[in-house]
Amino acid sequence: MTEKSGADILIEALSDLGVEVIFGYPGGAVLPIYDAIFKQDRIRHVLVRHEQAATHAAEGYARSTGKPGVVLVTSGPGATNAVTGITDALMDSIPMVVITGQVPTALIGTDAFQEADTVGITRHCTKHNYLVKAPETLGSIIHEAFHIATSGRPGPVVVDIPKDVQVATARYEAPGPIQHKTYRPQTQPDAAKIQEAVDMLAAAERPVFYTGGGIINSGPDASEALRELAALTGAPVTSTLMGLGALPASSDQWLGMLGMHGTYEANWAMNKADLIIAFGSRFDDRVTGRLDAFAPNSRKVHIDIDRSSVNKNVRVDLPIIADVGLALREMIACWKARQHPKPDLTEWWNRINGWRQTRCLDFEEKGNVIMPQRAIRALYEATRHRAPIITTEVGQHQMWAAQHFGFESPNKWLTSGGLGTMGYGLPAAIGAQLGNPDALVIDIAGEASIQMNIQELATATQYRLPVKLFILNNEYMGMVRQWQELTYQSRYSESYSDALPDFVKLAEAYGWKGIRIEGRQELDAGINEMLAYDGPVLVDCRVAKLANCFPMIPSGAAHTEMLLQAAEVSGEMDDEAKALV
Amino acid sequence: MHIKEEQKERHTLAVIVDNEPGILARIAGLFTARGYNIESLTVSEITEDNRISRITIVTSASAAVMEQIIAQLERLVPVHKVTDLTAFGPHVERELALVKVAGTGDHRIEALRLAEVYRARVVDATTSSFVFEVTGGSEKIDKFVELMRELGLVEVARTGVVAISRGKEAA
Repeated sequence: MTEKSGADILIEALSDLGVEVIFGYPGGAVLPIYDAIFKQDRIRHVLVRHEQAATHAAEGYARSTGKPGVVLVTSGPGATNAVTGITDALMDSIPMVVITGQVPTALIGTDAFQEADTVGITRHCTKHNYLVKAPETLGSIIHEAFHIATSGRPGPVVVDIPKDVQVATARYEAPGPIQHKTYRPQTQPDAAKIQEAVDMLAAAERPVFYTGGGIINSGPDASEALRELAALTGAPVTSTLMGLGALPASSDQWLGMLGMHGTYEANWAMNKADLIIAFGSRFDDRVTGRLDAFAPNSRKVHIDIDRSSVNKNVRVDLPIIADVGLALREMIACWKARQHPKPDLTEWWNRINGWRQTRCLDFEEKGNVIMPQRAIRALYEATRHRAPIITTEVGQHQMWAAQHFGFESPNKWLTSGGLGTMGYGLPAAIGAQLGNPDALVIDIAGEASIQMNIQELATATQYRLPVKLFILNNEYMGMVRQWQELTYQSRYSESYSDALPDFVKLAEAYGWKGIRIEGRQELDAGINEMLAYDGPVLVDCRVAKLANCFPMIPSGAAHTEMLLQAAEVSGEMDDEAKALV
Repeated sequence: MHIKEEQKERHTLAVIVDNEPGILARIAGLFTARGYNIESLTVSEITEDNRISRITIVTSASAAVMEQIIAQLERLVPVHKVTDLTAFGPHVERELALVKVAGTGDHRIEALRLAEVYRARVVDATTSSFVFEVTGGSEKIDKFVELMRELGLVEVARTGVVAISRGKEAA
């Protein structure tokens, strides 16, 4: 067997692993890899305009296709710019492999040009990371990196490759299936515990399924299994931000999202439930609100692939460590085997339907002003038949999208949940469009967030990606303003989006179509014009400037202390509340 | 507003890891990143081929946080096994200290006498100083150092705790 350069080994290993697209940006320490990319045609390279965008594009690609996202960046600033997206992928459990260039091994530690301690910097924001010291180990490290990124609880893995290792030669042979000596995630649930969970469910009078991003990560069959189990048991289902689409929003059993900006019915159901089954969700602080008041009278079952997620924030009665999809299938089989009849939950549903009467997502509309909620509903109505992929930035528009856009299937909703990264949506939409060339991909954005990665308009232009960018422009960092109203007597410290660009002209400058929507009578026509255009479109949708996102559970409050009206949001909080995130 | 403190208990953990570069930083960093406390940490290779290391960590935390610490450690890719020796039950904990004491006359005689009581060995001596080597549980060493303070303590070097379960089985 002939020897190959490290750069060629990398490309061959990626190709063996089925990688079709890499999101990257060249630089000095990765030039040998870029030359290897130039000389092959198996893997497509997509040139972003900032390394952070490469990571979010890879996340969007991964989340929408179920395949790992791959990033290639140079040493130093290339790697540090990627850190935000790597951390984002860690928080949201996105499978991602990031290849970073490094200065030659002999120069490591000398403060060489564009040197950064990439493995040191990324040690705690990756699932695992590697510094490759010899080309002989490169192939197996790449295969191991993909194994770790995609199995168990998925996450980002960084492989740092010094430039001399890219040039030096070695033999490469694709390894067989990986049997890692220490890393062996538990995927099969314990049968006895599944039976216990099923019997608890059969006996429950007020059950709630609390589902999360783990169901999406487990693959489409997990969503399918959730639907089956929900149908068998008649249990109401709520979900975290990350789990939207696992159960169709059109289902009668769907309560809407829970948590800080969740629905009245979902949060009250959680509070009054006698059994909560958490499927691939992690009792995040946005979900639980005040911990001592969280679902106080319920028994709790937690199914998660990550043991460290269990009993972290909330003590549970029955932890089951497993792939949630496999656990759901086992529960269905066990439910049938034990011949449990469909429980009579009429009384429970009557109470839930009572809470639904609050119509907590309704909003008031006056004159010609577009309420942001209306804009999202109009977008939903105009596009639902095309099952679009929706990405978002972070803030009020993100929560409104989660509340008012209905998702019928998994992998259609891409948002930065755990880290809350402004600037996620546009590159994520680009990644999703590359992975799903025929899909309608829309980034629902805010005018502040979008400016954090606005340069990616060029990437969409270069690759002729017909991404739609729908900006809810209220001239404020709206969520910051909302909290300032709630906590600081409306002292709007630095939350006004001053000196905004003319977004339509900006779009045109990048080769996009630009549309401005300024009043309700223009809304549907503007959306239709956007959809009719075969290419990237930016819509600057001017919405009510001071609208706030409700319902809202203030930080540190209980589910039952939800705010429903704008009138309830004002004043000054005490120091305990101010200290909460 | 005041920040509340939780009730904590002391635990000794044995962590078996792959001896790869950065493993110590990975573990120490996990403790700082998640706000866990480290009272003592020792590490050494324990196999002939030097591929496996044993890290002994003494930490104090509430029971719930202790469970998290173990789960978080087990989640690290190069970690083979985590054992909570305190929860496991009977185990031996030892520390070694080198204690330098300088003085003459009565102080010097008293230091030597106490060293004998504590079964400390003299590993270096000059006409005006001793270096004692003392092993034992952390409390014993604390006590010895405390006594030497009055008798001319110059400096102390301690290894930190190593620990192993009692009985014939590995914990």
